[in-house]
Amino acid sequence: MSKTVISVEHLSKHYRLGVIGGGTLREDLNRWWGALRGGSQHLVQLESEDFEDRKQGQIWALRDINLEVKEGEILGIIGRNGAGKSSLFKILSRITAPTSGRAVISGRVGSLLEVGTGFHPELTGRENVFLNGAILGMTKAEVARKLDEIVEFAEISKFIDTPVKRYSSGMTVRLAFAVAAHLEPEILIVDEVLAVGDAEFQKKCIGKMGDVANEGRTILFVSHNMRAVSMLCNNGIVLDSGRIVYASSAENAVHHYLNLNNRQNDSRWKVVRENKEKRCFFQNISAHNKNGEETSAFSMGDDIELRIEFYTRNIIDRIDIGVSLEHRDTGIRIFGTTTKITGNTLLNAKGRTKVHFVLPENLLAPGSYCFTLALSKEETVYHLVEAAVYIEILPARHLNPGLAKDVNFGFVSMPHSWVFNQRILNAVK
Amino acid sequence: MHDEYFGHEHVTVIEPHGSLMDLKLKELWAYRDLIMLFVRRDFVAQYKQTILGPAWHFLQPLLTTVIFTIVFGKIAQISTDGAPPFLFYMAGTIIWTYFAVVWTDTSHTFTSHAHIFGKVYFPRLAVPVATLLSKLMAFSFQFMFFLGFLVYFKLRGAELSINSWVLITPLLLLMMAMLGMGLGVIVSAVTTRYRDLTVVVGFGVQLFMYLSPVVYPVSILPEPYKSWMLMNPVAPILETFRHAFLGTGSVGLFRLSISAVIITLILLTGIMLFNRIERTFMDTV
Repeated sequence: MSKTVISVEHLSKHYRLGVIGGGTLREDLNRWWGALRGGSQHLVQLESEDFEDRKQGQIWALRDINLEVKEGEILGIIGRNGAGKSSLFKILSRITAPTSGRAVISGRVGSLLEVGTGFHPELTGRENVFLNGAILGMTKAEVARKLDEIVEFAEISKFIDTPVKRYSSGMTVRLAFAVAAHLEPEILIVDEVLAVGDAEFQKKCIGKMGDVANEGRTILFVSHNMRAVSMLCNNGIVLDSGRIVYASSAENAVHHYLNLNNRQNDSRWKVVRENKEKRCFFQNISAHNKNGEETSAFSMGDDIELRIEFYTRNIIDRIDIGVSLEHRDTGIRIFGTTTKITGNTLLNAKGRTKVHFVLPENLLAPGSYCFTLALSKEETVYHLVEAAVYIEILPARHLNPGLAKDVNFGFVSMPHSWVFNQRILNAVK
Repeated sequence: MHDEYFGHEHVTVIEPHGSLMDLKLKELWAYRDLIMLFVRRDFVAQYKQTILGPAWHFLQPLLTTVIFTIVFGKIAQISTDGAPPFLFYMAGTIIWTYFAVVWTDTSHTFTSHAHIFGKVYFPRLAVPVATLLSKLMAFSFQFMFFLGFLVYFKLRGAELSINSWVLITPLLLLMMAMLGMGLGVIVSAVTTRYRDLTVVVGFGVQLFMYLSPVVYPVSILPEPYKSWMLMNPVAPILETFRHAFLGTGSVGLFRLSISAVIITLILLTGIMLFNRIERTFMDTV
């Protein structure tokens, strides 16, 4: 039996939401003074409304997590947003300490929580590789040994002595990922970074992850892409509200997760408290049929309308709204678009904005799908809601001329026609 | 125990609270390459976008010295123990500036590195240590500048008795660095919770300067202030530095040792506080 490299015992993490550097000495002094004078009753009075709010905003991001990861295991961690995936990763990569419990890790941990940490725009590519490498825990000698490989992987050899501030954002990301990918830790933590870069580069990244896996090193992988999880991982755990609710093979975990979501409210996504701290966030996302009724069940002949409401704290010009459609059981992304791609520019969004997104009738084959939405601008993603709204497409009730009633298999209904003996029988949309 | 369990050399135990006494200096040493790269980054980044570049190193102490000479020397006519006022103020200024800059810069450790601290782990102490080292470069430029003036005044026939105390200069610097960083990390740890204290630091540094013998020698102080000066760990450092190069004032190993003890205590407290805050800092920012 291979040895245990990560052992987590009764790990819990408690957060106080909303305490964003807002603590002032006066507030604390007030509290102490209040406690001194009149006991706890007085305390409540002295606390500002703001403080009351914060008190209620306490959450357990992780509750009593027990976990063992063996050497060479590729563990997929899945769960909705806010289920505790990031908290677990942050504790395992020592960015923050747990509230209780402990974890023992044997081997060097490399995390790809976010790439390009500590890049300084004034330094050249080469200097940044050394700096970034050192931040990630490599020695100077190690970086020097791998420098050529890193530069080649990032495809920026011509610009290696140019300050990074002159790089395009794509170049910066490639260089940053190249450094992280060559870290060669015994345990690699990957959190959705594969979403960066162009398709070609993504392929390289997946390849690199595969290499790492083949070398017998351990990988913890967080993704919302169910297909990637079931393909890449051997085992999977499902997190929900800070607890491990399921642990099994990756495939079983994916199924369990999808079923778990089945039971939750499908047609509407509503903003939760922690989202409200973002600069710009979705408030409501809901699916409606052509009569304007909110629903998650559509017939093939129905238009699907997403009603999107978002809020921007300050003016954001040309904010990009992205929508992608995924097939629920497989996680395959069928379609994705953004306002930018289609040239629908939204100038100077501020405050509350309502947007309708419509998919016309007869596009999707019967089955379950979900929409993922994002608010972004250039490289910055303000808010990403994975699997915000679920819809179920059912076969049409009646056979209408010119419309398909059902599809034999696949995800889409393509316009087509049948020709028998030179006579077009029926063109179907 | 864990080594046996895992049979591996690199074992990390993650627990809610580390030992208060564990200063994690061994780990810091393992990251010495990172510290040097931070030093380089600070240095390069600081000058690439300024017009005058490293010339600031010379202008800043020069202007301060000139102003001090006019205000405290000519107008207020404060004694300089017989040393040329210009050299007296310059000596005080450069060593004080090093201390003040280390203090203020390290007190921003958490806030200025939140973006890195939030993504990857390394001993956080690497940042203030790097600050201390990168500021040392600026000091060495200024120190050489000072030596230049020293030679110039000597050639002009000023009475200067440079003595063997100059050999202790590195130790004086080390003490200033330790105190600056000690106070800085205390402030940085406290300000993660109480942001309003950041304002107090700039003000505090300035006040502290007047409480220290930078623009005046200890010898002009009447009792009881003279004895109180014993409690200021900076005083013997400044006095010794000036005595070494200018021959003014008095030095005492006893006072220096008291100062060293106080400084060590402040630094230890600072590191312990810093290590404690570091563990959950990311939750509060």
